[in-house]
Amino acid sequence: MSTTGTTSGYDADGFGWFGGAGAFGGRFMPEALMAALDELDVAWQQAMLDPSFVAEFEGLLHTYAGVPSMVYDAHRLSEVAGARILLKREDLNHTGAHKIRNVLGQALLTKRMGKTRVIAETGAGQHGVASATAAAYLGLDCTVYMGEVDTERQALNVARMQLLGAEVIPVRSGSSTLKDAINEALRDWVASVDHTAYLFGTAAGPHPFPSLVLSFVRGIGDEARQQCLDLTGRLPDAIAACVGGGSNAIGLFAGFLDDPEVAIYGFEAGGDGVETGRHAATIFAGSIGVLHGSRTFVLQDEDGQTIESHSISAGLDYPGVGPQHAALSQAGRASYLPVTDAEAMEAMALLARTEGIIPAIESAHAIAGTLKVAEERPGQTLLVNLSGRGDKDMGTAMEYFQLGKADAPAVGEGK
Amino acid sequence: MTSTSVAFDKARSEGRAALVGYLPAGFPDVEGSIAALKVMVSAGCDVIEIGLPYSDPVMDGPTIQAAAQQALDNGVRTADVLRTVEAVAATGVPTLVMTYWNPIERYGVDRFAQQLLDAGGAGLITPDLTPDFAPEWIAAADQRELDKVFLVAPSSTEERIALTTAACRGFVYATAVMGVTGARTTTSDLAGPLVSRAKAATDLPIGVGLGVSNGAQAAELATYADGVIVGSAFVRALQDHPDDRAAGLAAIGALTEDLAAGVAGVVRA
Repeated sequence: MSTTGTTSGYDADGFGWFGGAGAFGGRFMPEALMAALDELDVAWQQAMLDPSFVAEFEGLLHTYAGVPSMVYDAHRLSEVAGARILLKREDLNHTGAHKIRNVLGQALLTKRMGKTRVIAETGAGQHGVASATAAAYLGLDCTVYMGEVDTERQALNVARMQLLGAEVIPVRSGSSTLKDAINEALRDWVASVDHTAYLFGTAAGPHPFPSLVLSFVRGIGDEARQQCLDLTGRLPDAIAACVGGGSNAIGLFAGFLDDPEVAIYGFEAGGDGVETGRHAATIFAGSIGVLHGSRTFVLQDEDGQTIESHSISAGLDYPGVGPQHAALSQAGRASYLPVTDAEAMEAMALLARTEGIIPAIESAHAIAGTLKVAEERPGQTLLVNLSGRGDKDMGTAMEYFQLGKADAPAVGEGK
Repeated sequence: MTSTSVAFDKARSEGRAALVGYLPAGFPDVEGSIAALKVMVSAGCDVIEIGLPYSDPVMDGPTIQAAAQQALDNGVRTADVLRTVEAVAATGVPTLVMTYWNPIERYGVDRFAQQLLDAGGAGLITPDLTPDFAPEWIAAADQRELDKVFLVAPSSTEERIALTTAACRGFVYATAVMGVTGARTTTSDLAGPLVSRAKAATDLPIGVGLGVSNGAQAAELATYADGVIVGSAFVRALQDHPDDRAAGLAAIGALTEDLAAGVAGVVRA
């Protein structure tokens, strides 16, 4: 099955605008990077038309990353939900999330362009680990920028990146989180663009990144559509994914955008509750602005200063969102709703106990949101992208659920 | 002919380059930045750039990042930036705002342009907005004859230099190093070729920014650039005297005089 090269009626135009010229997306970037972005755009488009590049990418996904991931009929969760829930198991991919698809595509493109070094930003560390993995596999130098706050709460992923040979640079500017890591990666890139590629971690940023990343992750939706047809004989009634920057979501959605009978839901991080102001529900509660190179929904104050986002999930803790999601929301093609930290953690435990699957907290937002959708759509078939696994989140889960201590006094140590 | 091009022309007629000085508004606080900018004017800056502090300044190095963050932490608002422009423009020196794009879009492009004009401001320098993505700003600026200063870089293709310089009014801003803002000890060998390429495309004056921090560097640059742009070194002068406002202003004055002598070709030992 093809993972690349298909299109939808919701694609960007040649300047990177989604939803019409000037609406969402574009390229709000320093002139110093414009030539590099043009060069990347041309190289990417040529590569996607080159059967040998596409074959190499798809072969690598298959033999190295374990793609296509399966679609799993979650019977016991379905019983609880009152609807048939299918899970696209991206958590089973190498490195534990959908992100390996994006980095393998971008790293192969880097080699093709003759560049020798990659840089990446990371929040939770998943994109950083995936980038370090692809760089190790393809023999590229790799530097990962990570907010200092995140290096502390995701120390395990820092160690993984270092073991894979990447240099991890903690970022202390601004709020010391993902948005500042992106700022620092852009600063590096301005100075290193002649030999360095920026592996952007989500379907956001300046054109062509939103479309380029989509082309590498859209296999999620293309595969899932066919797998659902094979399994159930029809399309799902609704599909759902969590949305931070939105790469796993756009990858799933892309396969169904031109199927108007399939409802589409994106679940944003509601943090402590949207009403508290401590959240990352960018589309639901943000406003239109320009951040990190594209016009999209942004959490910002009256003066256009970025407001810090909050989420228990580092991977959703971002005050912007991919511009195609903004356009899909505005067009009414997809609905974006918030899920709180508490709802997500409850769903994490529910999936663990009903299906024996521990999801990433990001993906648990999609599960929690789908449970709400199931109430409105009893008995229907709901396809959810399980974008990543929860190993990286065990520290958070231990603290949240008070785990890690034995449930009863020790036995067998009697005098 | 806008006031900024007049200032460049005057410098040229005096056989020297223009000195363009930058400080962020609200650093160390609003009144402090106004006082420092006025010292820069009286000590020899021909053109003033006032930075609008922004939470995500991707083109700035640590010095200006820290200053902008301090201004934001102190609660500086877009309206304070306009107030700063009004105070500095009242000296008669052409005064531009250097800003990332989102704060302008959020304030309202037409609203900002009109209030900038009303405050006596000369125009905008837009480090993350290029002409091909600036139809709203170009329309608002053209309607009011405000300066539109876009940037060219060593990586710019000939085609992009042509596009960019054609869209500029006032002057063209050449970023002559590939990297973020910040004082540098050595001058860039990328500056000369970039200025030549820009001059081949336009009759507008070319201002060059590459981390100049003293008169000797300014003098070297002034041999081929129409304007020498200095930012981080002014910020540093204030940062070096965090608790002594008078000493900070004295340092700003001394730095300006050194740079002004440099652009005039007189380098002190």
